[in-house]
This record gives sequence, structure tokens and C-alpha cells, in this order.
Amino acid sequence: MIHVIELKNVSMAFAVGGGIFGAKKFAKAVDNVNIHIDEGQTLALVGESGCGKTTTGKIVAGLLKPTEGEVLYHGKNVWKMHRKEFNEYRKAVQIIHQDPYASLNPMLTIYKSLSAPLFKHKIVSTKEEAIDHVSKLLEMVGLTPPEDFIFKYPHQLSGGQRQRVVIARAISLNPKIIVADEPVSMIDVSMRLQILHLMKDLQQKLGVGYLFITHDLATGRYFASDGYTAVMYLGSIVEFGPTNKVILDPQHPYTKALLSAIPEPDPEKTRKKKVMKLRSLDVPSLLNVPSGCKFHPRCPFFIEGKCDKTPPGRYYLEKDRWVACYLYGDGGASESR
Amino acid sequence: MAVKTAVKEKEKERRAIITVRNLSVEYRTHRGIVKAVRNVSFDVYEGEILFLVGESGSGKSTLGFALMNLVPSPGYIKEGEIIYHLDGQDIELRKLPLEEQRLFRWKQVAMVFQSALNALNPVLRIWDQLYDTIQAHDPNITREEAYKKIKYLLSMVRLDADRVLKSYPHELSGGMRQRVMIAMALLLDPKILILDEPTTALDILTQKNIIELLKKIKDELGLTMIFITHDLSLAAELADRVAVMYAGKILELSDVYTIFYNPKHPYTYALIKTIPKLTSIDEELYPIPGSPPDMINLPPGCKFHPRCPYAKEICTEKEPEFEQAGPNHYVACHRWRELKFER
Repeated sequence: MIHVIELKNVSMAFAVGGGIFGAKKFAKAVDNVNIHIDEGQTLALVGESGCGKTTTGKIVAGLLKPTEGEVLYHGKNVWKMHRKEFNEYRKAVQIIHQDPYASLNPMLTIYKSLSAPLFKHKIVSTKEEAIDHVSKLLEMVGLTPPEDFIFKYPHQLSGGQRQRVVIARAISLNPKIIVADEPVSMIDVSMRLQILHLMKDLQQKLGVGYLFITHDLATGRYFASDGYTAVMYLGSIVEFGPTNKVILDPQHPYTKALLSAIPEPDPEKTRKKKVMKLRSLDVPSLLNVPSGCKFHPRCPFFIEGKCDKTPPGRYYLEKDRWVACYLYGDGGASESR
Repeated sequence: MAVKTAVKEKEKERRAIITVRNLSVEYRTHRGIVKAVRNVSFDVYEGEILFLVGESGSGKSTLGFALMNLVPSPGYIKEGEIIYHLDGQDIELRKLPLEEQRLFRWKQVAMVFQSALNALNPVLRIWDQLYDTIQAHDPNITREEAYKKIKYLLSMVRLDADRVLKSYPHELSGGMRQRVMIAMALLLDPKILILDEPTTALDILTQKNIIELLKKIKDELGLTMIFITHDLSLAAELADRVAVMYAGKILELSDVYTIFYNPKHPYTYALIKTIPKLTSIDEELYPIPGSPPDMINLPPGCKFHPRCPYAKEICTEKEPEFEQAGPNHYVACHRWRELKFER
């Protein structure tokens, strides 16, 4: 099946160190990742800081070229495209960054920031048209009346309002997919839900698909409740499935451990939670990734001679629901690798 | 019900260890005066874990600094009293000579900062930093005594002293550094520990581990803890009492169960209803309209009124008093008597 965006066996290694002395080391931030997103769909990519989720997002948006594997846009490898096709792809996949304070140029008015891509892609040609178009975009993201915002500078807006501007810019070129990298984590708690609802509304109206990247599993669950969730650990996806199944009935020991440790905003419930005991609390460095299953040095269900040898393959529990763990089966690890 | 009686039982034995009265803290900026903490009064009880919860700009960190008389410049305590009740004495920290204040800080109250990951000196080994601290306050201590003490505290935060003491900060992980900071704060046996977002920069499993550790330390040493955070879930997990702050004021203060299950302030309720829940099924969430106020141009009346669905005329004119709404329950809202929130 052809998807709007598909990552096929994608890996990304960064060279680290290697000055005058000593050899270069490679940190594999993303390791053999397979995901796909279609229009109108939501995929939440969750994991802790440093697990490779942001790198994955950048690869999806074409900001990074993976060192291995293929990025397919409508089935075509984007890194083998001609310039014109590549630009089409870049236009169709937009990214929203975490920090609304850093992603808008402080010297430019909202009008300037939002109209530049419209002129560049020849969506508008005169200033009147541009003002008109930018006003419509501001209305779409709830910054009304637009004339109150259009000629303001970013510092005159609150964090939530800035993120709305960033979202307006992301939708301005009619994208098919939006990569939203922690879009609410730097926004005040009382404004987060507004932003999430806005993004959901836009999905209904415009039919965009989201790759929603977050370390906050509760927010991920809320935003992708009708979609899928992929759990990432040290660059690999360890579990995948419909969001509520993954969160309410986790299968991979890492997902289980994570969910058992997250506090919940309900004193009775959260105090009753039993944390899963791990064999080690230390997160291994990306420069020294454990062999086999990367979670094995911490996993309480570790099977010696198996988990530390070959990485487990994807074991399908049902259609669209898999786990990479030897407790369930080897998922074809022995043949496919 | 069991919970409620337990709370009442506990209340009888409560003794204030810090009394804060009419405290106001301001920052002078080029745009004008920021009233970061506005006329706040509350008690901290001996042996409790009190959470100061609020969004950025609510004044929670400033309040934490003010308790230590360490408000960073250009901020200053405008007025009010902070009285510590320790060793049978009433001590007003601000009135002590500077040198005594410095001693008081490590010996009686210690603080673990938000940026603790950068709070260690990068060019000193952990041993030197800990030894310097202990020596600065107790010049007569021998190396052996200091080592014994440091080793004990590090083992308490589950660190291997022999490995950690020889290391430089960059050789330790974030969680280990945070644990070193906690051990360091405990070096001089303080009675009160103030923690400002001590776990935000850590991964979830390490965070959980540090929380468990703090619980254990609190029980073993009988500490009083003041925990500053924006994270309501953390409060649900660890707090005895919670103070909810907004625009420089405490809007509601009560035991953790009352705050989560029977809040009286519309802001507290709105906050709880706006955060996504990890495992509850089909709980409806509601966004809070608008944005937090500009701290330089605060609205008149109740500072939450522009965002409050229950606001009436009086809310736009007069700032509500912080009044007692029940045993050990305080709230600043004109309408708390009429409003009922249940979960």
C-alpha cells in the first residue's frame, strides 16, 4: 500500500567526537524505524528525552537525510527526487517546533513571517492579497479579529498565541502532513488544551495527518486517541498499535515500566500505582548501545542468551498492533536481520 | 471517609514551622514593576510536604526564593513577615545579620534549584564540592568525619560514594547529579528543604526514583518539604497539602485530597479538568479560555475573572480575600459559598 509518508528501515547515525586524536564514534539516534502516516491520521510518537523522536520527526519532514533506509512520499524516495518534486514534498510536510519563542523571527511582524512563504510559493502576488490571505489564516487559528494581531511582533504575544501563529504558518501551504514536535510542552498548562483542540479542528477541516511527538504520554493519548501510538526507546520503536490499546494494555516491558512510573493527577489513583522494578535505572548512552534488545540491561524479564544476542523483530499481536520483545515471540528476528 | 478522619487526626498535632504573613515581592523592570508575589499569607507545618503549584509567572519560584531571603536582583521583598519557628525560637530571617543568614540557610533551610543540573561547579570533583560546603559551615570537622557523613548521605540517595566522589559533574548522568544536589542540600542536617522543580529535566523513570527517595528521606529525617512545581500530577503523588498560585497569589490551599476532589476555586477546578489523563476512560476535558495575565498590567478585581466562567460584577471590582472555607481549607473567591465542583 502506498502512504503519504513512509519511513522504511530508516536509521540515522551521527558522528560524535573524533578530534585530532581518537577515532570517530557513531551515535545511532534512530535505528531501523518503520512508520507511515496518511492524510487525516494521527500517529503519536512517544518516548523519553534522547530516544530519537525529534530526529525521526526531522527525517519525516525532510530536514535530515537518513544514513540508511528510505523516506517515501507517495511511494517515491524523496532523496532521489528532482528538485521540483522535492520542493512539492517539503511543502506538503510541515513541522511545528517545540519552542514558539524560538521559531518566529523576533524582528518580523506576524504579517511578514506568514506572508513570506505565500509569496515564495506564488500563492499571492500583491500586498493586498497577502494581507487578505494572512488574515484568513489568523482567523483559522483563532487569532481574531486578525487586525489585532497581523502587524504585531512576536514579543507582543503570549506563548499560546505565538504557537497559534506557528500553526498558521504550518497550514499556510496546504500541507498533507504536519510533524508536531512537542507543540504544547513549552506552553502554560492552562492554554495547552486550547492548542490541542485547535490542531484537532484543523485536522477535521483540512484533513491533515499528524506525527505528534511527545514525551508526555497522557497528552499523546489524548491527541491520538483515534489514531496510533508508537513507543520509542533508544532509537527503536518497541511497541506500536491503536493508542488506547498501547496505553491501557501495554505489552512491551519498557512501555509497562514507563506507564507504571508516570504520576497521574488523581491522588488516590496515583498513590496506588505499583512501579515496575527495573534491573538498572541508568539509561545507556547512545554511543554504547546494548546488544540485542536495547532494553535488556534494565528489563526484569531478561532472558540470558536470547535478549542480549539479536534484536527482536516485530511480533504482531493483531493487525496493526505489534511488539518487539522475545516474551511474545521472536517476530522473525532470526530470518529478517 | 477513612482519608478524611486521618486528615483531621493529623491536623491536631500540626505546628507551624514557618509563618508567612502579608508577603509581597516585586521586580523592578524597564517596563514597570512586576508584582510577583502579592500579599500572601500561609503557614508551613512541621513535617509536611507542601506543594506550591502554579503556571509560569504565578510567583511560585519567587515565593520559594523569598522564604530563603534570596530573591534575585532586581527583585526585592516589599513587605511582609517570614517567621521561622525553630528550636523554640521565632526567627525572622531577614532581620538577622548577613553572616547569620548564610549559616541559617544551609543549617536550617536548604534549597535544591530547578537548574540543579548546572548548579555544580564543573571543574571541581564532587568530593571537593561537598567537602568545601561542609567545611565552610563547620571548620572544625575532620576529613574522616566529613567523609563518613558524605558517604552516608550519598548512600541515602543510592549513589556509590567511592565512584561518585572522584567524578567531575560531567561524568555523571542528570539523575545522578540531581541526587548529588539533594545529598548536598542535606549535608548540614537542615530541618526544611525547598525544592524548585527538582525533577523536570529528568526522564520519567529517574523522576519516579527521585520522588521515592524524597519520600524516604523525609520520613527518615523528619524533614519539612516545600515543593515548587507546575506539575499537578506530582502534587497528587507526593503532597500532603497543596497551595494553588495564580498571578502572585495563593487562590486555594488545602490537603491534597480536597484540592483534587472537592476544590472550591474555579481556577483549581479548571486546571484539573484541563489536563489530559493517562488512564481514565472518557473523562471530558475542558480548555480554559484566554491567557494568564500580564504581570505588569494586572486586571482589576480577581485576577482570574477574565477567564472565569463564574465571574460576576464583584469579581471585576474587588480582589477576594483569602478566607477559611473549611477545616484547613482556604480559598480566595467571592463565590466559593455558592459554587460546587465535584469530580
